[in-house]
Amino acid sequence: MEGKKPPGTVGNSAGLPFSWPGLLYDTRVRGAALQVLLLIVLLLIGYEIATNTAANLRKQNIASGFGFLGRTAGFDISQTVIDYKSTSSYARAFWVGFLNTLLVAALGVVLATVLGFLIGLARLSANWLVARLATVYVEVVRNVPLLLQLFVWYVAVLRALPPPQQGLALAGGATFDVRGLHLPRPLFEGGAWWVAAALLLGIALAVGIKIWAGGRQRATGEQFPVAWMSIGLVAGLPLLAFLLAGRPLAFDYPRLGRFNFEGGLTIEPEFMALLFGLAFYTASFIAEIVRSGITGVARGQKEAAAALGLRRSQILRLVVIPQALRLIIPPLTNQYLNLTKNSSLAVAIGYPDLVAVFAGTVLNQTGQAVEVILITMGVYLALSLMTALLMNWFNARMAIIER
Amino acid sequence: MVLRLALRQFPSPSWRSHAWHGRGEGRLLGSALAAFLLAVSVPASAALSQAGTLETVKARGVLNCGVNTGLAGFSAPDDKGEWTGIDADFCRAVAAAIFKDGGRVKFLPLNAKERFTALQSGEVDLLSRNTTWTMSRDTSLGMNFTGVMYYDGQAFMVRKSLGVASVKDLAGASICVQTGTTNEQNLADYFSANGIGYRPVVFERLIEVLAAYNTGRCDAFTTDSSQLVSERTRLPNPDDHVMLPELISKEPLGPVVRQGDAGWANIVRWVHFAMLNAEEYGVSSKNVDQMLSSPNPEIRRLLGQEGDFGKGLGLDNDWAVAVIRAAGNYGESFERNLGSGSRLGLARGRNALWKDGGLQYAPPIR
Repeated sequence: MEGKKPPGTVGNSAGLPFSWPGLLYDTRVRGAALQVLLLIVLLLIGYEIATNTAANLRKQNIASGFGFLGRTAGFDISQTVIDYKSTSSYARAFWVGFLNTLLVAALGVVLATVLGFLIGLARLSANWLVARLATVYVEVVRNVPLLLQLFVWYVAVLRALPPPQQGLALAGGATFDVRGLHLPRPLFEGGAWWVAAALLLGIALAVGIKIWAGGRQRATGEQFPVAWMSIGLVAGLPLLAFLLAGRPLAFDYPRLGRFNFEGGLTIEPEFMALLFGLAFYTASFIAEIVRSGITGVARGQKEAAAALGLRRSQILRLVVIPQALRLIIPPLTNQYLNLTKNSSLAVAIGYPDLVAVFAGTVLNQTGQAVEVILITMGVYLALSLMTALLMNWFNARMAIIER
Repeated sequence: MVLRLALRQFPSPSWRSHAWHGRGEGRLLGSALAAFLLAVSVPASAALSQAGTLETVKARGVLNCGVNTGLAGFSAPDDKGEWTGIDADFCRAVAAAIFKDGGRVKFLPLNAKERFTALQSGEVDLLSRNTTWTMSRDTSLGMNFTGVMYYDGQAFMVRKSLGVASVKDLAGASICVQTGTTNEQNLADYFSANGIGYRPVVFERLIEVLAAYNTGRCDAFTTDSSQLVSERTRLPNPDDHVMLPELISKEPLGPVVRQGDAGWANIVRWVHFAMLNAEEYGVSSKNVDQMLSSPNPEIRRLLGQEGDFGKGLGLDNDWAVAVIRAAGNYGESFERNLGSGSRLGLARGRNALWKDGGLQYAPPIR
């Protein structure tokens, strides 16, 4: 790097008087010029690709542009989060696929995190059997390809279930068969919003109590049973409202029709297979991340906490985990991104995610490969960047604040 | 310009694809690659339209022909790895018309989803893969159908034990269908037109659809009736399954070429017509050599003994002789692959010649 120059002087780094040829030898000017040149070349290449594509598509008489999104899709989708019929538009089909991807990714992330933490802690357990079982789980699941695991879940587990007529009856009116898990669908009647309001109030009160108790503990050292109070508020208030509002809840039970269970809420086997496959696979990686994060906290920290007289659970909760999280979160973000992207394997087992519906059926019907693939890549890029942003923000919050 | 020259190398991949029928799962990658090839490969100034597909094929010395990944009777590898079926025969017939050698074909197995991009991007010269001729495919995908190889219709198969007699009895049933096909759309149309509900169960490959049906994931399996007959033979107990009487759609299956090369489309179209005319005039792979001396002027024109009809196609005058030697006439190919000579045992039905009450009709050679 060059040294600082007094502001306002135009000249080269050697401090010589300004001259046009001199610019050629100024490394800063030369560097900037090269950057600008590179940018121009890149833009030109991009422009060339875009115009070449458009010209070729025109020449080959292939329809182009995004007008197809408004046309009627004309096919049905087995699982839809939003209303969708075969008369809906391609844009609607895109949203159905996108939301299906989002659904399986979000649930997968939650399930994988919970499982991963439990297994990671189990690997560090003092219990020999628990620790070895967790090791076996991690080593097996982590080293078998995900696609194969999806087939195991889908073909070996869920396809082996009996037909609807001989479905397995579960507690509470649910049944489980080769067509999926059929649950009673809750129907909320008038007055149900009292329960929702009570739940929100309970959560707000619990947060308030936690803040108040934290302040009091810092001021006086006295503790308050925050956990028990919170559970009481969050569970108790809605329950009270539910009873007072006259139990505003009914169930729509699945009934066996001629071919299938009608009514109720059906969870398709394709969805279950993908969710379980993704969650169990990713959990094995998360378990290792959690284990290494916890092992990474210096021994002295635990010993110091024990010397202060904290219980084992308190040591874990107050001293070890907060420090381990700093090591865990960055690689955890990677796993979340992987899980989201791996969800595109859905196409192999017939789950209607974004790739199957949009980059599959819609692409095939419209033939507009360039547009459809561009949109699909854009969606995955945006999803990944958003996940990364969120996790970076969380990581910054968890980082040690140095004073 | 440097960019264009560099990218011009792309559309003829040198992958050896003879034994490709178990293609992996990299579909998104495949589609993305195809889209990319489509986007940048074909230089705006050259190749496809001006150089001409015929010249490209001749220079390459082999015809790249897109076929089904495995559908008995249409295109499927046999136990020796040879491609058989009426669609595979047609690939050989076109190769024979050009090279006098039906063996100069590279078969590229494609699933329903991949087929159009493969044709558009130049990966194949000809798509001979039981593909339904529809208006949108003919007009907005940059390709043209050249004729109808097989007049088909969409049918349903169910287990006998269900006691279903008609498609209209399938209200509320789960129905298995392959994605990326007209079948998927016909299914939606038919059920919504009749006000019946159903649950679609959709897979990308026919083999997955069949497996799902076989394990009871769905009550019915729908696809073109010829395919259904073919798939039924692969079930453990074919007699436990029955086809419902309704055909819910018209499925004219035919070969497809890229739009914009009328000369190439002519070749493909007239190879098909030559096979039909040969059957009509009684010329077969067995008697074609004797027929060369036939006094019948129609046969003489077909076999290039009279006139110079090959010239109009840019081929030798005895192009049709090579076609008939390599693949036989239409009737021979049908019986060998779909009819009495095959496991499917399909009747000619609508695919009989027009003079026998069918729909297969070729314009005259004159």
